[in-house]
Amino acid sequence: MIEKLSADVTIVGGGIVGSSAALFLRRFGLSVVLLERGLCGAAASGVNYGGVRVQGRTLSQLPLALRARSIWSRLSSYIGIDGEYVQSGHLKIARSESDMANLEAYAAQMREHGLSLQLVSGAAFRAAHPMFGARAVGGSFCAEDGHANPRLVSPAFARAAQAAGARVIEQCTVSELGHTGNTFVVGDGRSVEVKSSWLLNCAGAWALDVAQRFGDAAPLTRIHPGMAVTEPVPRFMDVNVGVEGGGIYGRQTARGNCVMGGARGAAKGSLYAVPTAEAMGELCRRMADLFPALADVHVIRFWSGVEGSLPDHQPVIGPSPNVPELIHAFGFCGAGFQTGPAVGEALAELVYHGRCDIELAPFALQRFAEHDSLVTS
Amino acid sequence: MTTKFVIVGAGPAGMRAAEQLVSAGHRPVVIDEAHRFGGQIYRQPPYGVQRERSDLYGFEADRASAALNRFASLLPQIDYRPNTLVWQVAPQTLQLVRDGRDETLPFNALILATGATDRVLPFPGWTLPGVVTLGAAQVALKYQACLVGPRVVFAGTGPLLYLVAWQYASHGGQVMAVLDTAPTGAKLRAVPKMLARPTVAAKGAYFVMRLRLAGVPIYSGVRLLGAEGREHVTALRWQKADGTQRTTNCDAVGVGHGLRSETQLADLAGCRFDYHSVDQAWLPTRDASGRSTVRGVYLAGDGAAILGADAAELSGARAALAALEDFTIATSTALASSLEAESRRHARFRAGLETAFALPANWAADAPDDLIVCRCEEITAGELRECVKTTGAREMNRLKALTRIGMGRCQGRMCAPAASRLLADAAGCDLKDVGRLRSQAPVKPLPIRLMREAATAAPVPFEERDD
Repeated sequence: MIEKLSADVTIVGGGIVGSSAALFLRRFGLSVVLLERGLCGAAASGVNYGGVRVQGRTLSQLPLALRARSIWSRLSSYIGIDGEYVQSGHLKIARSESDMANLEAYAAQMREHGLSLQLVSGAAFRAAHPMFGARAVGGSFCAEDGHANPRLVSPAFARAAQAAGARVIEQCTVSELGHTGNTFVVGDGRSVEVKSSWLLNCAGAWALDVAQRFGDAAPLTRIHPGMAVTEPVPRFMDVNVGVEGGGIYGRQTARGNCVMGGARGAAKGSLYAVPTAEAMGELCRRMADLFPALADVHVIRFWSGVEGSLPDHQPVIGPSPNVPELIHAFGFCGAGFQTGPAVGEALAELVYHGRCDIELAPFALQRFAEHDSLVTS
Repeated sequence: MTTKFVIVGAGPAGMRAAEQLVSAGHRPVVIDEAHRFGGQIYRQPPYGVQRERSDLYGFEADRASAALNRFASLLPQIDYRPNTLVWQVAPQTLQLVRDGRDETLPFNALILATGATDRVLPFPGWTLPGVVTLGAAQVALKYQACLVGPRVVFAGTGPLLYLVAWQYASHGGQVMAVLDTAPTGAKLRAVPKMLARPTVAAKGAYFVMRLRLAGVPIYSGVRLLGAEGREHVTALRWQKADGTQRTTNCDAVGVGHGLRSETQLADLAGCRFDYHSVDQAWLPTRDASGRSTVRGVYLAGDGAAILGADAAELSGARAALAALEDFTIATSTALASSLEAESRRHARFRAGLETAFALPANWAADAPDDLIVCRCEEITAGELRECVKTTGAREMNRLKALTRIGMGRCQGRMCAPAASRLLADAAGCDLKDVGRLRSQAPVKPLPIRLMREAATAAPVPFEERDD
């Protein structure tokens, strides 16, 4: 029997964006049904690296990231747990003089917009950060950044939304997506059908399955970032580390395990991803390059996940150009964990106020209009 | 192009599979983690150490000798790789590590004969030094020719309990007690099914008789209350079937509750799994011939389902025939049918064993909150219950994500049977419904230095510059 529900807003996708949107919508007093194919916060939102950083983001993402930072700083008041979030700082390493010049140029640009970064290089850098290999010549430090445990944080946003009165339905594969007049009808054709005025497409790497039903398109691809975790080792770093030029990033948990990311895995079916032997080898090489002291440490586990990516490395956040009261938020290109809660809040504001304080124009779906016409023609 | 046959595991199943392939004119690769072939049951002492096989293997000496001698004679015709770990499976490719070097090995047909480890149901104090699994107690005796302690209590349930106790008693160990957690009447109820292999059942009765004659106290229906000691176990507290409590002094405890299949490679290979009610575990699906759901991947021995050494030999031979059928010109169907018929008898006997050595029915409900379930990550039964209560977790991978159970060095190989029972009990659902942990490479922890040799040192492409 199909359970018939009605709500102000239906959300497809229970990742960190959809779940936090549900939470903020409830805070505005709107009724919400969230439909999740698997378990909330178990895909890219739950298996990512866990970086919580503003540093390295484009100017366009800065307002979102700063808004998110204020949510992270009071995380437990939203989700009831600390999620192992620590404001450890984020250190971005330069491995050449030209990389260092890039970091300096970035810091100068961001300083004008309220992001303060400290640049260190030469002997002072090596004295402060002896754990890096000889190739590291300097770095840029953002003291307010940090890291957290995504396995705890993302599901907790969904639980918080549920506790606030959202109806969260897991193991629900949306197959019916319709729009009649001013009502969306969304269901799994089996156990549930929801009628709502608004529809939020927060379906991550699978968001095109929703968007295309309404004539919206984007050049969304899937990426499978490779991750590794080592056995616990004595504390040797407290900061979240990245490098200019990318390809390797790492943090150490309170327990002592080092979580590292870099290289790319491969798809395993349409829902899962696995690290390949090549990616695992490459990731190990980069880990040992950046942290020579880790060379003899054991890796316990490699894993990967499925994430949506767009060619300009910017997400889609904003209303559908085709269907009123349909809003998309997807394609975070491997960098959506920190901004996720702020995106959720922005979506809730778009629904409730009809506008939001954060400039979302850079993330409009319309920027791919050329692609759109290619698809529809 | 010649077909590349690869066998993982050189126990009874792997050795017989190799024999079958060699007799069909092929040269299989046989990979084994151990230093010498034989598997757990026919484990050999280190090279250079001479021990009588009758001393090592008891009743099974003739069988062991036959299997070991046959495999030894095959060595010139196979590519035998001891001390080698398979740490990853991708389609048609294995990733190996041997002597500190990483290597890629392509295959067409892969026979997984990965064996089993003890099934661990923790009890208070089980992480104390001196408390070991029954399997470990046996390895110490067979491989290192030493006892885990001068005065040992053997506890838990399963056929291995009485076998290892007798091996210790007959090799100079003082067996302080044999404490079977299965109820007294269970053995009698199992008799009809166990008559499928009367000689094996008789061997079990023989061990019990010899232990009694040697004055070893044997109790059934026992509940394990706790291992005591500060730095090392000094005593085991337990409760008799009538409810009275006892403390037995000892220097070591060997404990086990049957075996669990090593299934990570089958999982990494992409095999489908089904729930087996006899083994009370999710196991890779196979047909009567040993074919998995992935073409070119075959399953044999205790790694596929716990059926013991003799059944492992049958299934190893049968899986090899299946691989030959799939990749070469057809082989003897008569032999295949007789192997399958013989295997069915073992399956019936196995069901009897599960009755005779039933697991403690209330283990999960009885486990105290401060009991450590996962020793890698030091996670207690109480933490698991609390997680179920506060988050509504109903599935093993979810429990893993939220509590770190199964995230440590053993990746759940030791703690998953216990954790899944606690989850099912706390969530009020069947063991089957909590599912199983997804396996991830590496199958066992490996040093970063070793794996990076596979890397190419190419620059990071722009689109992969995540930070």
